[in-house]
Amino acid sequence: MNDKSSGQASTLTKQEIRPFRINIAEGDLADLQRRIGATRLPTKELVADRSQGVQLATIQALARYWSTDYDWRKCEAKLNALPQFKTEIDGLDVHFIHVKSQHKNAMPLIMTHGWPGSVIELLETIGPLTDPTAHEGAAEDAFHVVLPSLPGYGFSGQPIEVGWDLGRTARAWAELMNRLGYTRYVAQGGDVGAGVTDAMGRQAPEGLIGIHTNLLVPALGGTMPTNTDEERAAAAQIATFQKSGEGYFIEMATRPQTIGYALLDSPVALAAWMADHDTDAYYKIARAFVEGQPSGNLTRDHILDNITLYWLTGTGATTARSYWEAYGPDAPAARQQPLPPPTIPFAFTTFPGEIWRTPRTWVEASYPNVIYFHEVDKGGHFAAWEEPELLSSELRAAFRSLR
Amino acid sequence: MAGGATDRMETSVTGTTAAGVSIRRFRFSVTDEDLVELRRRIGSTRWPDRETVSDRTQGAQLAKLRPLMEYWGALYDWRKVEAKLNSWPQFITEIDGLEIQFAHIRSPHGEAMPMLMTHGWPGSIIELLKVIEPLTNPTAHGAAAADAFHLVLPTLPGYGYSGKPTSTGWNPARIARAFHSLMLRLGYPRYVSQGGDWGAIISEVLAQQSPEGLLAIHVNMPGTVPEDILRHLRVFDPAPAELSEQEKVAYDRLLHFYRDGFGYAAMMNQSPQTIGYALADSPIAMAAYYYDKFAEWSDSGGEPEQVFRYDEMLDAISLYWLTNSGASSSRSYWEAAQAGGGPFDAVDIPDVPVAVTVFPAEIYPAPRIWAERAFGNLMYWHEVDRGGHFAAWEQPELFSEELRAAFKSLRWG
Repeated sequence: MNDKSSGQASTLTKQEIRPFRINIAEGDLADLQRRIGATRLPTKELVADRSQGVQLATIQALARYWSTDYDWRKCEAKLNALPQFKTEIDGLDVHFIHVKSQHKNAMPLIMTHGWPGSVIELLETIGPLTDPTAHEGAAEDAFHVVLPSLPGYGFSGQPIEVGWDLGRTARAWAELMNRLGYTRYVAQGGDVGAGVTDAMGRQAPEGLIGIHTNLLVPALGGTMPTNTDEERAAAAQIATFQKSGEGYFIEMATRPQTIGYALLDSPVALAAWMADHDTDAYYKIARAFVEGQPSGNLTRDHILDNITLYWLTGTGATTARSYWEAYGPDAPAARQQPLPPPTIPFAFTTFPGEIWRTPRTWVEASYPNVIYFHEVDKGGHFAAWEEPELLSSELRAAFRSLR
Repeated sequence: MAGGATDRMETSVTGTTAAGVSIRRFRFSVTDEDLVELRRRIGSTRWPDRETVSDRTQGAQLAKLRPLMEYWGALYDWRKVEAKLNSWPQFITEIDGLEIQFAHIRSPHGEAMPMLMTHGWPGSIIELLKVIEPLTNPTAHGAAAADAFHLVLPTLPGYGYSGKPTSTGWNPARIARAFHSLMLRLGYPRYVSQGGDWGAIISEVLAQQSPEGLLAIHVNMPGTVPEDILRHLRVFDPAPAELSEQEKVAYDRLLHFYRDGFGYAAMMNQSPQTIGYALADSPIAMAAYYYDKFAEWSDSGGEPEQVFRYDEMLDAISLYWLTNSGASSSRSYWEAAQAGGGPFDAVDIPDVPVAVTVFPAEIYPAPRIWAERAFGNLMYWHEVDRGGHFAAWEQPELFSEELRAAFKSLRWG
């Protein structure tokens, strides 16, 4: 990849924001194709469902599409059509997309992707958020959108020291917004992005006036009430995940380097690892490839755009390490006292296919200043990716009172 | 004890047992193409950057794996271990619908005690090779003829050259039944069973099944952890205050295992197929996954190079690679996990005599008080001063001495 920084070398400063374009070498794409073609597969799973992991038929269909119809250059062109930048914050290059709305009073919004995601999962929200009048919204719903790549992800730098935990990333994001000249802004995220957004809320940097997440971060670590049927159902969903679906989480939180070798060396290992996130998302991905039936915007091409981005940037190990930093028992963050819950306005949307269906009571038990709660009727863990229009309308509604 | 019946079939040739079941001679023999392809893949390894810590807390370290992989791709010679494997009588027979590969080594001493020995993960018969001679031919190793064993070393379903199950159900109980059948088929109506890792679990399950003829078991990874201790471990509590010093040591090691070292098992318990793609397609993925455990579980202070030569580690890894059994062996975890529970949970064995050797670097050093609660007939207990999880591989002479001592009281005359 080329970092096509247009600044003159003599004027480079640490604060500088450099334009960035992606240009993957042809040889890297050829090597990827060679590896996919040389894939050695294991024998088929012994079950007829997801209960032993990513099914062979899914991986075969994915690999077939990856090596025939898929075209990375389309994704690259789509990314390069957006204003992309890099800037060094706290010693690390941060890659981000920055799209300003035409509407003057637009609200600045920093949106953070998760794992196994990237800015790719947020791309289709840019239109509805920045240009609402073309997407069934009003001018006063507009956002200026900042989409950074997490440290170790995509085209951001790969940390070479410990300590890039959720809190440090959150502080870097506040600096990024500051550097972009935004003095009043909101933040949003799902998955790891929810973790960063939650941390920003707790740190409450000057200028941050509200946050929205679509994953209830405190439910990951703490005990939530189980007094109602709804609460008990959500707790049961978490228990199911812990019993049947969190192997990847524990491995990355404790052995990111060990699994990292696989994710750098084998495209199919990487694809399987990334497709195995949660039951709802897995079956949607499997249907997209095996039956050609995508769920919303979660299409074959979009799924492979994201996997290919991980492959081409060689970030399997560094993204896994973000779990070690955030959730690992040996990371410095594990010894820190957690900050108290955010007192700034908090908004939440429950998507029905998320790992657990978050009840309003849990949101209210977790955050003292809930300004918005809504349960929508479609979408799952990758809400912004799968249902970009719906997530965008949620953000309009969630932050309306703060304008 | 009385040795195997003298009219038993001669197992050095292919034959059919009295029941008409075929036992075929087997030779390890991979193709040159497979070896060339393995080297090609090793040569095209795409590496991550190094970990951001200076220890093993993020997993297998880059500086350790680089030279190992270089050696694997350039100097390592699979044919040497293949010849070593083929120097022992190797067989395949079908049991319960699945081909079971096994080595069967008769002691020259007629009164030898038949012993079923089962390997673990990420192991194979290779981890047992060094104890074959001392156990079957004790007089050449400073022991008496009366210490001799006849050895049966089966390969677990889904591992090595045993068949890969194509349907679910090959859990430890089924494997134990199959291995008991194997012993009967070989003409051993009375025998002992031994193992570490999965081999320990299979032996314990076998002891619970208590088939006629199973005289005793010896394990070097005993399942002793009481339920009240497990309750604390599940929520990562610190060691309960009422524990003895020895129990606290065991508790802390278990806590480390479940909190810091359980990712591999969680992955294979829950999603063996997902990790299976990595283990099938990438030699470095497989080497890292297994090396991680050689480092973590050997008595080496995290430096497995101190106790294993590169050749030894690569023999072990190559057998998995060449048989493409990364996924199928991972499924053994899934199968066992369907019943719940963990590898060290107390296994209630009321009657069958149990012998235990505690090697100090085992994942947890079992306290005797826990073993006495789990095993109704604890016939032998010894805490030795060196060796880890791969006891037979790390300390073959000491391990062999332990088995002689453990089973001595069962022998006749």
